[in-house]
Amino acid sequence: MDLLSLFPSWFLSHGAALIVVLPLLAGGIMAVVPRERMAWIITFIVMLICTVGAFGLLLSVMSQGAISYHMGGWAPPHGIAYVVDALSAPVLLLISAMALICLFYAWPSVKAEVEPKKRAPFYGAFLICAAGLLGMVVTGDAFNVFVFLEVSSISTYVLVGMGASRDRRALRAAYNYLILGSIGATFFVIGIGFMYMETGTLNMADMATILDGRDGGSRVAQVGFAFIVIGLGLKLAMFPLHMWLPEAYAHSPSFVTVFLASTATKAALYLMLRFAFTVFDLSFDYVVSIMTNLVLLVAVAGMIFASLQAIFLTDVRRILAFSSIAQVGYMLLGVSLVTVSGITASYIHLINHAIIKGGLFLAVGAIWYRFGITRVEDFRGLSKTMPLTMSAFTISALSLIGVPLTAGFVSKLQLAVAVWEKGYGWGVAVILISSILALIYMGRILRVAYFDEPPVINGEVVAKNEAPLMMLIPMWTLAILSIVIGINADWVVEAATRAAELLIPVQIIKGGL
Amino acid sequence: MLELFSTFNYAVIIILMMLGLYVVFAARNLIKKLVGLSVFQTSVFLFYISIGKVSGGQPPILVDSHKTEDGHASVESVQVAAAGDSAVQHSLHHAPEVLYSNPLPHVLILTAIVVGVATLAIGLALTVRIREVYGSIEEDEIDRIDYQYNLEGVAK
Repeated sequence: MDLLSLFPSWFLSHGAALIVVLPLLAGGIMAVVPRERMAWIITFIVMLICTVGAFGLLLSVMSQGAISYHMGGWAPPHGIAYVVDALSAPVLLLISAMALICLFYAWPSVKAEVEPKKRAPFYGAFLICAAGLLGMVVTGDAFNVFVFLEVSSISTYVLVGMGASRDRRALRAAYNYLILGSIGATFFVIGIGFMYMETGTLNMADMATILDGRDGGSRVAQVGFAFIVIGLGLKLAMFPLHMWLPEAYAHSPSFVTVFLASTATKAALYLMLRFAFTVFDLSFDYVVSIMTNLVLLVAVAGMIFASLQAIFLTDVRRILAFSSIAQVGYMLLGVSLVTVSGITASYIHLINHAIIKGGLFLAVGAIWYRFGITRVEDFRGLSKTMPLTMSAFTISALSLIGVPLTAGFVSKLQLAVAVWEKGYGWGVAVILISSILALIYMGRILRVAYFDEPPVINGEVVAKNEAPLMMLIPMWTLAILSIVIGINADWVVEAATRAAELLIPVQIIKGGL
Repeated sequence: MLELFSTFNYAVIIILMMLGLYVVFAARNLIKKLVGLSVFQTSVFLFYISIGKVSGGQPPILVDSHKTEDGHASVESVQVAAAGDSAVQHSLHHAPEVLYSNPLPHVLILTAIVVGVATLAIGLALTVRIREVYGSIEEDEIDRIDYQYNLEGVAK
């Protein structure tokens, strides 16, 4: 690992705390930064440091094993420990890299969609949101998770509400998200309370040891688990608890939608994996029964019903939002199999979906930026008026459907294999049906864009009007990344396999699960 | 009957929690929803305070300072007290006559109270903005105003 030697040793030993503290502090500073340009530059530098740091941590974890950082020098289980391991490191890199890529896009997009005097604080809220998401992933303390969950959620409500100058319904969306998000976080904190009652500790590793010693613990631990699953289910838009998501994605500023779609639900899914498989354990009957019954059911329901709903919608952003709910179903399906290959598939899809949906929302935002349209019927002839944007959109759309040589195919194939290994023949059929539904709702958009002529306004055909370069860079980065993963997915698969093996230790597999 | 009295606080918590949730889902007024949300969150505060109570326990303040010669020792006891169950054992070990309540859940819930205040503040701020834009804080009225938008999916 030559790259690893480029990082100074202090950076690697304190990196776990640095990538959370830096954006948090910078977010506070942003409240007094008067100029938008300066705010953007500071945000960019901070996220660049975070991305490089997360990359360094990932390299370090892959070659030297997990890092445990003791906050303030207080040793766990009394102190708070930040843990970077094979499960959290890739998610850290995903969140900070997506934030960095989106920031190019923020430059023109925020100018167009947010009122001038709110732009500097907007970047502040964004940094705090990123810090919260990174903190959620990196922390090894259960109550700390709740604090960071709320840090990221509260700043997200603000970011969604900022869409009001573009679309007044953003206010209602932010309000509904606030109500449901708070209920979700409160359910989560009730679960943590029960876990504390049962184990008398807040450190996740310690909790796991104590629970293991008591063979899953009493009814208190079971109730705690139920509350945690429901709370996180609300945050990650598990099927019947997804009502906040379409509104929030459809009406917030484009930049916020991109960032949320590719990171927020992913961080919540990471927490679900972390709690279900490391704090609790697959050797406990109640965990396995909730996963293989309840989560399996909602995953399949989400995949089918959310895709069906997406077919009948007219607003492109709303279609993509419902498609996100369906994709969360894919990830949960992988988790609900409770096998290494299932979790590997789920983890690959977590990464791939962030890239795919990020790319799609970027393209839709760019189209709104140029023409102010989001309805499917208004997409007429976009392949002629915005060819570069539309081809990036097409690549991501094909990836979402799961065409071979794209990222979506890799994860769907992996998932189908995992489902087949488990012996759920019907599961493969569900994946196929959901992919066909995806083909229908994405195909509708593509058909209008490619086979209809550009509209005529005031007697003139709408002229070619490509998106600015700052928007094309992130869009094409993600589209090309999607193809690269489609052609050679070895590195993603390897990272996911290591994460899955961390979650399901080998002795349990041998034990006959 | 006696059992009900011994778990009286938990009964209150459950009642408050259900009331809060019901108000959040049933109310059509934005402010009333926030009131429901606050009641719901408050029940969780009470829940945490309840689980920190050790029956017969004193407030966790170190009064017998002669036992800790220097500052370091008191830091040690604080650290051990943070370990939950073992705090009881520790205090029993050192001073059998003093039993402390567990302070950690109370400290945790201070954080949650701050979070609750922040959520409520954002919620109220959003309500103010909604009233400025729509001229109403009744959900039915707002839905009616947005009906055409929602039907066509057109941004303003």
